[in-house]
Amino acid sequence: MANFYTDNDDIRFLFRHYQLTTLADIMEGDYSDGQTFDWAPQNADEAVDNYDRILEVVGQISGDFIDPRAEQIDLLGNTLNDDGTVTYSQGMQENIDVLTEAQLMGFTLPHRFGGLNCPNLIYTMNNEVVSRADASLMNLYGLQGIAETINAFASEEIKQEYLRGFAEGGDTGAMVLTEPDAGSDLQAIKLRAHQDENGQWILNGVKRFITNGCGEVLLVLARSEPERSGGLGLSLFVCRRSEAVKIRRLENKLGIKGSPTCEMIFKDMPCKLVGERQRGLVTYVMALMNGARVGIAAQSLGIAEAAYRIARDYAASRKQFGTAIEQFPAVRDMLIEMKLDIEVARSITYETCWWVDHNQGLLNKLASSDDLDKASKKELKQASRKYKRMADMMTPISKYYGSEMCNRVCYDSIQVLGGSGYMKDYPVERHARDARITTIYEGTSQLQIIAAVRGVCSTAVNYLQDKEAFAYPAEVQDLVDKLIAGREQLQEAIAFIKEKPGTEYMDLHGRKLVDAAILLMAGHLLLQQSVAAPAREDDFTRKPSSAGSSDNGEGLDTYRAYQARKGIIARRYISNNAAKVTMLCEQIRSDDRSSITQYDVIVGPVPEA
Amino acid sequence: MPYNCVVLAKQVPDTAAVTGKAMNDDGTVNRSALPAIFNPEDLNALELALQIKQAHGGTVTIMTMGLPSACDVLREGLYRGADRAILITDRRAAASDTLATSYILNCAIKKLSDVDIILCGRQAIDGDTAQVGPQAAEKLGIPQITYVEELLSLCDRTITVKRNVGAGWEKVRATLPVLLTVMDTANEPRPCGVKRLLKYKKARSQSELAKEGATEAAVQSLKDKNLLIDQWDLDYLDADMQWCGRNGSPTKVNRIQSVVLSASGYKEIAPTDEGLRDMVHELIVDHTIG
Repeated sequence: MANFYTDNDDIRFLFRHYQLTTLADIMEGDYSDGQTFDWAPQNADEAVDNYDRILEVVGQISGDFIDPRAEQIDLLGNTLNDDGTVTYSQGMQENIDVLTEAQLMGFTLPHRFGGLNCPNLIYTMNNEVVSRADASLMNLYGLQGIAETINAFASEEIKQEYLRGFAEGGDTGAMVLTEPDAGSDLQAIKLRAHQDENGQWILNGVKRFITNGCGEVLLVLARSEPERSGGLGLSLFVCRRSEAVKIRRLENKLGIKGSPTCEMIFKDMPCKLVGERQRGLVTYVMALMNGARVGIAAQSLGIAEAAYRIARDYAASRKQFGTAIEQFPAVRDMLIEMKLDIEVARSITYETCWWVDHNQGLLNKLASSDDLDKASKKELKQASRKYKRMADMMTPISKYYGSEMCNRVCYDSIQVLGGSGYMKDYPVERHARDARITTIYEGTSQLQIIAAVRGVCSTAVNYLQDKEAFAYPAEVQDLVDKLIAGREQLQEAIAFIKEKPGTEYMDLHGRKLVDAAILLMAGHLLLQQSVAAPAREDDFTRKPSSAGSSDNGEGLDTYRAYQARKGIIARRYISNNAAKVTMLCEQIRSDDRSSITQYDVIVGPVPEA
Repeated sequence: MPYNCVVLAKQVPDTAAVTGKAMNDDGTVNRSALPAIFNPEDLNALELALQIKQAHGGTVTIMTMGLPSACDVLREGLYRGADRAILITDRRAAASDTLATSYILNCAIKKLSDVDIILCGRQAIDGDTAQVGPQAAEKLGIPQITYVEELLSLCDRTITVKRNVGAGWEKVRATLPVLLTVMDTANEPRPCGVKRLLKYKKARSQSELAKEGATEAAVQSLKDKNLLIDQWDLDYLDADMQWCGRNGSPTKVNRIQSVVLSASGYKEIAPTDEGLRDMVHELIVDHTIG
């Protein structure tokens, strides 16, 4: 009996750290759904209790059902059939069936479509827990952003047609974007959409590297305006898989082998337009990608957590030179850094979700604000801009940091296990293979940095100053001072970059800038976690939800003890990284442009084949 | 055609998760050291009932006898897909052995109309007697099939199942109504459905509501929402008191012994195919594996 939610102290702690009733209010509005749908909450406290119970079920299924199947799924992969369809491995199909049976497939969809209407933060916790059990399953189960996109932008008719199938019917979807010549650069998409004489939209063309392209519901980015090149010629379409779309090839990959990566041919495939023409890439896919990026951050957390746990366990039991290897300082240091890295990534990812949820909340309010006066509307709009700026900065940061962290942790996890880690005997090699894609898909790390760096230049300093205004107790003032000093250096570095003409220098040193900002943000997040009061006292009195569960309403004492541990972590993290912030900012201000000016000299000619 | 199934479930101490001293000094079970759970094989019985409902229609009623706290297993049954939950609780039922328990359950089942299939786990992990199901079937005067591993067919009023007889399997056919005891190898119980969980987490029995000090209005509101767990006592069951509780329980505990298994000695196995085969055979014979 394993439960990947209740056994994770850090997720449990953060669940109590964040004021989830605020998110519940955002999601549920006036709680009128509670009158209509018998699973919908009637007030904020009930909503939070629901979130906890939902995650408990996810944790139990992940630990008991999904995790034991992961090895076989990785081994068997998927099968491409002669008729252009794909059959999942048995374990993967069983996983989808059990998640459907558990009513978890409409995690963020509104109640009226049979969904659970959970905020992004809870969905992200859920995605991490599932990914820890099987990262490749996350690529199918975690594609619920497709349903979200339909819900956000499609007509009521399309919503009615598709959304219940996701929430209740076991449908999975695919984001059908990439083409052979349009990867990171989606503006180059060629797949054609045209309207026949009856006004029916028809798709023709090829797509490549499509995760779960064999899913039931396909969300396809296509060129609807042949005369227009670039992003404004693209629209988004939805269709249900039929014989008019064939899978031509399944990619043979390094990792996430349970998730089929498909090459697809569309031949006269009828489809429906989602939202408005020409907004496909610029509005809808951008929203879809942002959600997916946080999803990858969560997937990365899950993989890293799984890999770390194996290393931790191995280091405690493996004896060399007459003692457990965890007694050696070098091994200890690795394990601590792995654990810390995970907690930092988790803090950043959850913080991202916090802003994303608030941003969405304000957008919802604005959308239904007909009865508001002008001044209130203006106020809402202003607040919304702030939240959007934060969400836009944090989303690529969480994806970048989480995925890079995941690779570091998996790398070190194999290192701790030594030769055994390199063998297939332990699942760490699978985790390391699964991890590798996370810095690549949904936008490479390099693209995440480009997406984040402008936000860092314009928003990060204000954000850090807001954090500095938190009422920190005197005993951590020395750490706050370090963070303030770091922020000042960051400000200088930003000013230096801004003085440069064009964006070349910013792009060249973007990573250092983003890294420095992350070190400072994470310092504040850890420090706040170590001193802030729990968000809700009554979390500590809850009864466990099922006869089979252990009492997970851990006491306040447990919370405080964990908080004391966070204090130790924060001190180590902030102290150790102050010098790193200085280093990064000095490097930025060095005016070193050799990567641009001396590239040819340093790398030499292209090697001959 | 639809079938009405009744699942007999038991709340048991989790003997696999002993957190402290499992036995009191007087030799009785220290329940506080053991979390209370849904008896594992009863979950397999529930799963089979839910599969029957899915395939043929009908209803699944989950029934348990115990303290009001046993409502936890009833709620869990509802989370997994049961339609109705019934708690049988009565102080006069305390100390019932398997004979008295099966008598009371038989009275309760008779209160339900149109029961087609009664399903129990093969045995409970606390007493390991495997008696209550078969005894209930005898008292109801209906056929019973124990050690069920697979439902082979269910058509009209005839059921065919595969039952495990230890060294092999038997295919057994019976007419309905029938009582089945189900093994853990029969299926993998489905998880809770979260929407059902969020709904039925509010389900309460009368005694739980009384303990929580619920108002009349609150009770009525639960009733209106179909969230009131049926609670039956022995009077409602028209049970004969001489067959209930201590009176109806011929079992007398003579002595409880705390057996501590300890390893001693070792055996050398030849590193050959034959040596391994012998060892595996030996482990199967003494039920260490298999």
